[in-house]
Amino acid sequence: MNFEYQVSGEDYSLAGRASSDIKKKLKQLGIPSPVIKKTAISMYEAEINMVIHADGGVIEVCLDPDQIKIVLKDTGPGIPDLEQAMQEGFSTANEAARELGFGAGMGLMNIQRNSDSLHIDSIVGEGTTVTILLKVNG
Amino acid sequence: MSENYYHSVTLDEALCKGCTVCIKGCPTEAIRVQKGRARITADRCIDCGECIRTCPSGAKKAVSDPLALLENFDYTVAIPAPTLYGQFSSDISCNRILTALKGIGFDDVFEVALSAEILSRETRNYLKERKGNAPLISSSCPVIVRLVETRFPSLIDQLVPMISPMELSARIVREKLKDSRGRVGVFFISPCAAKVTDIRTPRGIETSSVDGVIGIKDIYRELSQAIGRVETEEPLSRAHAMGISWARTDGEGSAVFSENHISVDGIEHVIDVLESLENGHIENVDFVEMMSCPGGCVGGPLTVENPYIARNIITCRERRHLPDEPVSLPEEALLDSGVLSIRWTESVESRTTHLLDPDYRKAMQMMEDMEAIRQGLPGLDCGSCGAPSCRALAEDIVRGRTTETDCVFMLRERIRELTREMIDLESRMPPGLDR
Ligand SMILES: Nc1ncnc2c1ncn2[C@@H]1O[C@H](COP(=O)(O)OP(=O)(O)OP(=O)(O)O)[C@@H](O)[C@H]1O
Ligand code: SF4
Ligand SMILES: [Mg+2]
Repeated sequence: MNFEYQVSGEDYSLAGRASSDIKKKLKQLGIPSPVIKKTAISMYEAEINMVIHADGGVIEVCLDPDQIKIVLKDTGPGIPDLEQAMQEGFSTANEAARELGFGAGMGLMNIQRNSDSLHIDSIVGEGTTVTILLKVNG
Repeated sequence: MSENYYHSVTLDEALCKGCTVCIKGCPTEAIRVQKGRARITADRCIDCGECIRTCPSGAKKAVSDPLALLENFDYTVAIPAPTLYGQFSSDISCNRILTALKGIGFDDVFEVALSAEILSRETRNYLKERKGNAPLISSSCPVIVRLVETRFPSLIDQLVPMISPMELSARIVREKLKDSRGRVGVFFISPCAAKVTDIRTPRGIETSSVDGVIGIKDIYRELSQAIGRVETEEPLSRAHAMGISWARTDGEGSAVFSENHISVDGIEHVIDVLESLENGHIENVDFVEMMSCPGGCVGGPLTVENPYIARNIITCRERRHLPDEPVSLPEEALLDSGVLSIRWTESVESRTTHLLDPDYRKAMQMMEDMEAIRQGLPGLDCGSCGAPSCRALAEDIVRGRTTETDCVFMLRERIRELTREMIDLESRMPPGLDR
């Protein structure tokens, strides 16, 4: 079953809506709560990144009996050095984002830690696609 | 009604006009309007009282226990919530209010504010000894515990695993009176509808030590008169600022003495913060006070005074009850010696009241159907169907509780189709008559 969300890059206060909606659905499906929590954290971090670093994009969530796949596509600036971006504490977040409590450089690490697989495809100037997988029984 | 599904918050059918105002404000989507009357789904209701606040017809009520219940006991003790002190002008002393409580029929009083002081100390200690750094969530408001177990079960382990000040007060009273003969009755004087439910179906403990919960508003008039009649004030009040402050937002929060605590009130704000906690986006905070009512318990559905005024009265009294030196209460010895314990003994279980079906595959199928139905609905969330949103109606339909024609727009569509069909049929005259 697939769900698609258009995420606006305009309004920071709306960021996180898609993650909340998925969370609600996972609860209706009876997914174990530790898995819901891991999914919530991973998807939320990736959704926020898409808003604060890339002006929004599209999220596709695919719920299968044994896994949750989250694909976040944006046409933002891309990530020049993936290895550096993955490091704890590295952040290019601007002042506005920092004021809202983002920009600690923890997001990608958190996704890595909470998901079963994280894959990032990024081309500078074209955009970034983040793919997150979570096992339902894990 | 089964005790399991007992709720203090109820509907007065005779007053309900079926207006649908209440359905959208309900944080657990527990209300539907059907056949012109609101209905509260018992297993979803968390007794927050939001519907009582929003109902324009006064049809939602919080039922509490009657004062007549006192007659079933030989010796009765009132345990007033600190909020009671916010209901009367600050020139009326706490001693006077407590003396008046005895005037309306109680044999003795014990301030819940005192237990709040003890629990503040215990929470501080727990915060120190606890492992892990996920923020601790207060559990003194019963609505929060019920909200977490139904909507945020992944946060259950972050709840403070301790009984409420009400419960501790009742245990202290029982312990002090354990050698007295006859039946002792302990009654909470309450701003809170959820506490009425909580003593019948408690969380974290097996049974409550409280015998009845009496709403402040139900005894307000009698108590006011008794206050007027008091001739000599008995020295009954021992509470300090910290305990009294639990009546309002940030009383409990400040009492943990942590710079990194936050205090949240009002159920909508509480839900926002629980969402953020679940997303792991609240860091560097060690304690989160959560109160379902706006302003904290001073905004409780069983209060009389305006919450903002009550809050001011409470802070006035706090200033007057500031201790000169650090306090230690004699009751603390009951805990330190192990006579009384305050930890939860039962685990709080997740209650997935929004689960579509226990069978995952079936739930998936239902969700797929739900999505398909929702896409056919107009997406206006107008509420005319009696459900809070088009999505909620779609859910009700797949649960087999209702049909698509509850939606006025779908109904109009169906009528249009039928009309077309009828016109079409009308034009096809029987061959014998068709000239
Ligand atoms: N979708 C994206 N498009 C462009 N750059 C990105 C994107 N996602 C992450 N980045 C880059 O990777 C860096 C690290 O991301 P990460 O989520 O770990 O930290 P952050 O977003 O800066 O701070 P935090 O997540 O702690 O609020 C970002 O600062 C940004 O430079
Ligand atoms: S805030 Fe206080 S009065 Fe309101 S529901 Fe919670 S405990 Fe009861
Ligand atoms: Mg980030």
